[in-house]
Amino acid sequence: MSYIIMIITAIFVNNIVLAQFLGICPFLGVSKKVDTAGWMGLAVLFVMLIATLVTYPIYYGVLVPFGLGFMQTIVYILVIAALVQMVEIILKKSMPSLYSALGVFLPLITTNCTILGVAINVINFEYNIGEAVVYAIATALGFTLAMVLFAGVREQIAITKVPKAMEGTPIALITAGLLAMAFMGFSGVDKGLSAAFGL
Amino acid sequence: MAKLENSLKNMVLSLTAITLIVGALLGYVASVTDAPIAKAKADKQAKAISAVVPVEGAVPGEAVSATAPNGTEALIFPVTKDGQLVGNAVQAITKNGFGGNVVVMVGFSTDGEILGYSVLDCSNETPGLGAKMPTWFQKGEKGDVIGKNPTTNNLTVSKDGGEVDAITAATISSRAFLDAVAQAWAVVSGSADAATSATQQVPAAEGDCCCTEACQTPEGQAECCKAEGKCCKETVTE
Amino acid sequence: MSKLGIIINGIIKENPTFVLLLGMCPTLGTTSSAINGMSMGLATMVVLICSNIVISCIKNLIPDKVHIPCYIVVIAGFVTVVQLLLKAYAPAVDETLGLFIPLIVVNCIVLGRAESFAAKNNPLDSACDGIGIGLGFTIALTLIGLCRELLGAGTVFGASVFPEQFGALTFILAPGAFITLGFLVAIFNKLTKKA
Repeated sequence: MSYIIMIITAIFVNNIVLAQFLGICPFLGVSKKVDTAGWMGLAVLFVMLIATLVTYPIYYGVLVPFGLGFMQTIVYILVIAALVQMVEIILKKSMPSLYSALGVFLPLITTNCTILGVAINVINFEYNIGEAVVYAIATALGFTLAMVLFAGVREQIAITKVPKAMEGTPIALITAGLLAMAFMGFSGVDKGLSAAFGL
Repeated sequence: MAKLENSLKNMVLSLTAITLIVGALLGYVASVTDAPIAKAKADKQAKAISAVVPVEGAVPGEAVSATAPNGTEALIFPVTKDGQLVGNAVQAITKNGFGGNVVVMVGFSTDGEILGYSVLDCSNETPGLGAKMPTWFQKGEKGDVIGKNPTTNNLTVSKDGGEVDAITAATISSRAFLDAVAQAWAVVSGSADAATSATQQVPAAEGDCCCTEACQTPEGQAECCKAEGKCCKETVTE
Repeated sequence: MSKLGIIINGIIKENPTFVLLLGMCPTLGTTSSAINGMSMGLATMVVLICSNIVISCIKNLIPDKVHIPCYIVVIAGFVTVVQLLLKAYAPAVDETLGLFIPLIVVNCIVLGRAESFAAKNNPLDSACDGIGIGLGFTIALTLIGLCRELLGAGTVFGASVFPEQFGALTFILAPGAFITLGFLVAIFNKLTKKA
């Protein structure tokens, strides 16, 4: 599959939040302001890339040769947790300015299912390492896009009158539904592009 | 009982102990479930084969692996009754699904008529739309393909000039399904001589392989492909 | 609190989906039909009960600083057991739920209950809490699945209620998941507290 099609699919057509329902917790939890949402997206991009780069060789280099495929979940989650800790420590020491921006989100990312989901998906889809990296980056960009768009809408909702029972999460969920509906408009764009350009 | 204190020794010990215990437990469960998992997979395949070649008392033979025109691996299961070949069940993959690959098992009679099909994996298709695939093309349904023959019928969706009604609002998934059928047919027609008898020659379609004597070893195949610029669809082992 | 009280607390007062709003990914991702939602709920419940009991038993053997990694290992262990058992004895369920089974590990409900309940209570109470929260989750998922299936395809647990062509397909697709859950949470809010 061509990388361009893959990137467009992962960002728009098969958006990780709005079409695959992964990473809903940060999507609902950290999306009240546009800039926080953006930083969260960046932190996810960072961790997702590193996590994919680390777990991929572990799966094919250690788990498969020793017939330990069933240990995938447990090994991955430990590796991701350890990675997040390490990234946090390194950032704190070497790049304090970046740390002050991303730091608060890093612990949250351990239990963000997009990271584990992508790490497992690249194995399930039988991607090679190049495809895996592109997929991870594109997915994280899709996540960031959904976060930022949603936060923009929520900033408006915050100053609007909403029925009492609908306040907070319910109206946010319905807004997310409308956003998902908008993203459904991208359905088939990937097929059309590959047909038009013969990619 | 008091909590263990936070000494390094305690932390390392407890974490290691827990990981080891859980690892051992998983190893045990994995060894116990290994056979049932393999059996569940085999059962599913056997069930799919008997569903797509619905002939009383027929038994599926050993799978023959082949490369489909789209580069994926297809499996051919020759189905025999009393030693007589009654059809082939072909498991083929299309890459053109709405959200990824679709895996289909198609049964062809010896003269190419579609006896039945079964969708093994359409989990990447949209629920309620493309995911209607397992029923839509069955006998008596709107997109009925059963009894049709890829050599005489135009098995594409009506939008593309063919004679199959696409699933409502899911043209891409329908095209993907028909592509999988085409892949399966290409494989089985290309290797029909391997599956039926070694002497029977099948007219090669365009792009089909040159399955001459020389092609029948892996080395010969590579040679042949280089010479002809075509690929062998089937490695003949006999 | 009595054992029954703990269970009911998990279903209503601390309902993981409608009140605590935890574990949203499987809640939205696996509820395209009532039966799918129920399978997901039950799988999570099994993991929740087992991990609650075990964590409650070993809570004093774990130094504070490494308690989260230890809990995660226990939870991941049970998740893998459930995954292997499903693959072996209910392959169809495993296929429908797909990625969401291994992702139970990062479901905040499971770790959340380990942290807030099992780490402070005895194994029996923890088991009850697991049952209560698990049931609350299962009921919520089944309900969402039921609404989406009925509105989208006109069926309830696969049995036809009205002809399929009158269904609003959107409810089975992604947007319907968000919208259905949004309205259900609003109704739950209205009924329980903020009326």
